Parts: sequence; structure tokens; C-alpha cells
Amino acid sequence: MTAASQPTGTPLLQARNLTVRFGKVTALDGLDLTAADGQVLAVLGPNGAGKTTFVRTIATLLRPTSGELLVRGRDVVRDSAGVRRDIGLAGQFAAVEPTMTGRENLEMTARLFGHGRATARQAAAAVIDQLSLGEVADRRSGTYSGGQRRRLDLGASLVGGPRLLLLDEPTTGLDPASRREVWDAVRNLAAAGTDIVLTTHYLDEADELADHAVVIDHGRVIASGTVSELKAGIGQDVIEVTVADPASMSLAGQILADVTVQQVRLEAGGRHLSALAPAGTAALGAVISRLAEAAVRVDEIGLRRPTLDEVFLTLTDDEARIPAAAGQLSGSTR
Amino acid sequence: MMTTQAAVPQVLGRPGRMPGLASASGQVALRALRKYFRTPGLSVMGIVQSVLFLFCFRYVLGGAIHAGSASYVDFLVPSYVAMIVLFTGGGIAVAVAEDKVQGFTDRLLSLPVSRYSLVLGRTAADTTTNVWSIVTTAAFGFLFGFRLPGTWQDGLAALGLCVAYAVVFTVVFIVMGLFAPNAQAAQGMSLIAFVFAFISSAYVPATSMPGWLQPFSKYQPVTPMVDAVRSLLAGSTSDVGLALAWSALLLVVCMPIAVLRYRRA
Repeated sequence: MTAASQPTGTPLLQARNLTVRFGKVTALDGLDLTAADGQVLAVLGPNGAGKTTFVRTIATLLRPTSGELLVRGRDVVRDSAGVRRDIGLAGQFAAVEPTMTGRENLEMTARLFGHGRATARQAAAAVIDQLSLGEVADRRSGTYSGGQRRRLDLGASLVGGPRLLLLDEPTTGLDPASRREVWDAVRNLAAAGTDIVLTTHYLDEADELADHAVVIDHGRVIASGTVSELKAGIGQDVIEVTVADPASMSLAGQILADVTVQQVRLEAGGRHLSALAPAGTAALGAVISRLAEAAVRVDEIGLRRPTLDEVFLTLTDDEARIPAAAGQLSGSTR
Repeated sequence: MMTTQAAVPQVLGRPGRMPGLASASGQVALRALRKYFRTPGLSVMGIVQSVLFLFCFRYVLGGAIHAGSASYVDFLVPSYVAMIVLFTGGGIAVAVAEDKVQGFTDRLLSLPVSRYSLVLGRTAADTTTNVWSIVTTAAFGFLFGFRLPGTWQDGLAALGLCVAYAVVFTVVFIVMGLFAPNAQAAQGMSLIAFVFAFISSAYVPATSMPGWLQPFSKYQPVTPMVDAVRSLLAGSTSDVGLALAWSALLLVVCMPIAVLRYRRA
């Protein structure tokens, strides 16, 4: 860990009643958030939740309609130039010039960050090294794979030595191998002391990379905390059942719904079902005995901590879908 | 990678200052020029298209057009070269719209650079590519039979005026690209330039048009602009003042719009 990763006391982000409107559309609706520095922060939320608007506001590409946003203590409106000197942005599209080589792209961006010619060359070489782009650095970036292009884009946001790196959906549209490449790069950057704010709608991505996560929906923060706090935050374990015979799925689902009074998730065409269990082990006992009474053969049954996916769905689901009334099932088998 | 990781933050120092306007504009221009000259579809095809149109006007349509006392090639080439930017400008609008849609403009705006450098860099690059078109097309004009009516100094003055027009219309097309939601729309919007190019004295004498069309031809900027180039070539300065006034007006109106629009792209 380097000095840059130690908390300095100035919050990374401070949003107070942050509102951004486009005409009649309210993208951010009085968002409040304080995030400490020295961390990787994931901003989660469904499509249209306001994640990209939030990142673009941090990057000073959008002006708040009202409210306040401080980035490392600097106001995005009053000191937007100061904010831009602190940040590096990698947006949803890899914004690299395909007709230029990786090295040319990096040297250009370094110059635009304010480096002189020689320093720009050094910074580009360092980033190429850091992101393992050495083999392709002198090829035109138009010939790169998706993962290489994203890593180059990441590199372009790094050559100015930003204090805060903004990544807007850094792995959207990448194949699994390329996602791993980008994840490794982000992890290395975080380990080397760069603060990172990343948006994603992949929960495994937040799980893999982030220390803290905030969940945004309809332009507001609806939950925040460490990833494990969020998982614990719904305060409920999950009962998971694997039935022996797929034909008994609906009966087992009925029982699970009766006991937990929660929405039951059924694996389409499979043998797994699960539901949140507010009553924990007591509910587990009840489910086991009811299944036995009904002569449902079970391969596996257990209680576990929820995945971030379940947390996310619980938080962002429309009220109509949670909590489910007794006996109400969801899932594509029904 | 693992071994270099710890050393990187030291190497990647933070620059203490913002890049200067000239330096930032230079980088923006350099990138646009690399894209242009490294994409044969832009650099080579642009020239081929310009020359092909000149060929068609000169040898296909030209025989049927009576340009008063002058031979058609001498009437056509000066104005054709002066307004070549109206044919290549679509490419400028498309490039600006693409940068906006593909996130390149966002990247630039997130960097600590002056907003002016985006417009200045883009203008410098597109003016350079237009000078390249102007010189090449003019060379083909000579090949197709055009001869200078006056001195070579007059020729250079006319060439300078053509370059000035290229700057002006580059900014106009940048504005179009900034207002277009995507590249296709930018292409479509740039077709409006053809209205001004064709309903003018650039390719046919305006007096050959029907009476109701002549006022538009007479009072729109392209006609005095091309007439000014013809005047300079003949050693006169008539229409030059009006042409420069139009150029200044377009620049003064469009430049601030471009800068403001880039800021909120």
C-alpha cells in the first residue's frame, strides 16, 4: 500500500441533495452520499437508475440542477477545473483512437493531462507496463481485442496519475476472459493506491472489486455499506432447497412460500428453489417437516447468507413483487 | 506486472499544471489528422470524390453550360476549389458527431484542458485536410485545362481566400456535428450545404436561373464568396469585402456556439 491509499480525512465524495434533471426526466433525485477515500466504491443499480448520470456529474460533464457534490473536497461547479485535475474517466465506450497505436493514444492523453513530451512518454511506458499491454503497445488499437481495448482505455484515464479513477460499467459487453483481464487490472490499480469509483449492474463485479457499495435506484441511494454489510443488511438468511424430482417443484415452492411468507425463486426447468427466511433456523425446521409430511423427496436443503444478487433484487424490486403474499410464487416455471 | 506495480505510482506523477491552450489544441488536432490520413476511406476517397465531381462538371455537364464570355473551365475551377469544403464538410460533421457518441469527447472534457482547445484543435486539423483538398483539386483543375487569368500573385491571393473559407465552413460543420444526435444525422444535416453550393454562382452563372430563384442565389454567402475568388484571380477586389464580411459573420456566430455546445456535449 502506498500513501495515496491511506484515508486522509477528506471524503472521496460528498453529495448533498444532488439532483440532475434533463427536461422532465429526473435522473438524480436528491441523492445523498458520503464516501471515504482510500477505497474502491461500487455504484450499483438497475439500468436507468442514474449511475451513469452520477459518474458524469462527478466528472463535471454534467452540472447539477440543484444540490451539491464535492469530489475530494472540491465543488464540481465552483472548482470544476480542480476536479478534472484529480480525476481520470473511463466511460462506457472505450474512447481510444483506433487508428493510433496504444502508445500514441496514451502519450496523447498524457500530454492532455499536462505532462511534457518526455514525461508523457515515461507515463505511457509505465502504464503499458502496469496494464500488461507491452506486446500490443505499438499496434493500432483498432486491432485490439475487446479486453485489450478496455485496458488501454483504462490506461488512458491513468496516465495523468489521477487521485480518483471513474469507471462507468468497465466490463459491459466483454466476454468472460476479457472481464477477468479488466478485473485484474482494476485490482492492481487499487492495490497500488488509486481510489476508484465504478458503476456496474453486475453484482459479481462489485463482489470481486469493491470495498464499499452503494445501491442507487430512481436517482437515490437506497442502501450503502461494505459488500458484506449489504449482504447482512437485509438481516435474513436464504433457505435453499434442491428437490429430487422436478415434478415436485411446485409443491415444494408452495410449502416454502407458506412458511417464509416471501417470494420464492424457482429455477426454470431445474430442481432448485430458494426464498429469504426472516425466521432463520426455525423456518428451516418448519420447511423440513412440511416437506416430509407432503412426502417431497429432497436432495439438499440448507440455510445460507444471501448473495449480493438477492440483496440487490430485494432492494430494487417493485413493491408489487416483495414481500410476496403467502402462496404467491414467482419464476418462469409458473 | 507484479514486479512493476509498486513502482508505477511514483513514475506516474501528477502534472502540476494544466496543459497550455496551444499544446492541448495541438494534441486534439494531431489525433484528428492521424485519423484522417490513416483512414484511406477519408483521405484517399475524399480526394477521389472531389476530383470525380470536378471531372463530371468539366467534361460531362460543362459542354451544355454557357458561362458568358469565359470558357467553362475557367469559370468553374476557381469556384469549385473555393467551395470544395462544402463537399468535404460532411466528413467533419460526421467525425464530430462520432466523437460525441463514442465517448471521445467525454474523455477530452474530463481532462484538465481548456474547452477552446477542442474547437481550435478540430478546426486546425480540418483546415489542414481542406488545404490538402484545395491544393489537390486545384492541381487537377490545371490538368483539366484551367489557366490563371492574371499573375501568380493573384493566384496566391485567391488561394488564401479559399483557405479562409475552409476555416469558416469547418466551424460551421463542427456546429452541425455537435447538434446532430449521431453520425447519420450529421451526414444528413450537412446536405444543406449543397443547397447553398448549387443555388449560387459557383457552377453556373446565376443569371441562367429562373427569376424567382435569383434573389436567394444573390443574397446568400456562397455567391459573393466565389465571385470574390474570381475577382482576385483577375486582379480585382470587387466582392472581396462582402465575402470577408460574410466569413467574419459566420465565424463570429458559429465559434461561440461550438465552444458552448462542446461544454455541454
